[in-house]
Amino acid sequence: MQTYRLNVNGQAKELTVDPGTPLLWVLREDLKMTGTKYGCGISACGACTVHVAGVATRSCVVPVSLIGDRPIVTIEGIGQDRVGRAVQEAWVREDVVQCGYCQSGQIMSAVALLKSRPRPTDADIEQSMGGNLCRCGTYVRIRKAIKAASQQLA
Amino acid sequence: MVYSDPAMRGSYAVLILIACLAWLSTLSPAQNPGQKAVATTREAGLAAWQQVFSVLTYPRCINCHTATNYPQQGDDRHRHLFNVVRGPGGKGVAGLNCATCHQSANADSTGVPGAYNWHLAPLSMRWQDRSDNILTSPDVCRSLNDRSNNGSLDGPGILRHHETEPLVLWAFQPGRHRDGTERSLPPLTHEQFVAATRIWVDAGMPCPQ
Repeated sequence: MQTYRLNVNGQAKELTVDPGTPLLWVLREDLKMTGTKYGCGISACGACTVHVAGVATRSCVVPVSLIGDRPIVTIEGIGQDRVGRAVQEAWVREDVVQCGYCQSGQIMSAVALLKSRPRPTDADIEQSMGGNLCRCGTYVRIRKAIKAASQQLA
Repeated sequence: MVYSDPAMRGSYAVLILIACLAWLSTLSPAQNPGQKAVATTREAGLAAWQQVFSVLTYPRCINCHTATNYPQQGDDRHRHLFNVVRGPGGKGVAGLNCATCHQSANADSTGVPGAYNWHLAPLSMRWQDRSDNILTSPDVCRSLNDRSNNGSLDGPGILRHHETEPLVLWAFQPGRHRDGTERSLPPLTHEQFVAATRIWVDAGMPCPQ
């Protein structure tokens, strides 16, 4: 067991866990931030995506020991950000969500995309969101919402 | 014996010269110190290159020296799962970067390999064709010799790259799979790989035909 100090959504968090514990379980079990979801556990579905130092990161495969002092942003904190807020609002306007389980990860990846490419093409969206799976098949509405957020931010 | 006749002295000198040339012609390169250095060094260089080539084309290395829009994974060199693509800088695309999963060190608890600045080699350093077939030894050798395609590295630069580049070092300490089994290692140790590279570089980086 080892003690870590993490910066999560701008707040300092201290916890003592096994160094190999995936960040996902630190967030969900130790910090009780359950907005980030467990999907596959092998980085195949994207449901667990958070931002680490601004990079969309699969928290299910990143041990807490490798986070260091890089700031973490989760779905609970993404709305504090201008782009994050625009994406969440677009998600609501376009009624993207069906069951909702994958949508935390979808939003986190969409925000990372828009911060890098404010005017993404369809190809950009396909490639950047290609690692986020949705069993309900909301992909068409996700694309529409990303473009809507892009226009709102322009 | 003394030849007082100048004509005879000239004939004798020619005979001695011919005899010397004949004797020299019977020597193998190994018996001729001057030739030995050149012939053995090139030979050793080519042999060392084959050792280097065996590492470069091992999955731990060649999986990220593709000619395609994606990296490969595993000893069977299958296409990287999860729709991972090369991206403009070889580091994936926004929202799906290499760093989305690969951190600065191996994550043995989750089975994800990692090292500093995880990325694909640029297309100019591809060692495969677009059908994922590994290029031949002469082709890869010529590619490494081509400074317009190899990151402008000269021989010492290539040696230094093999000695210190974190992704090269990773290949020799690639960590574990999720099930706890070790990833397979290249056929040489890192020390042997560097030693073979040094011999090849010192020999002038010769390439097989």
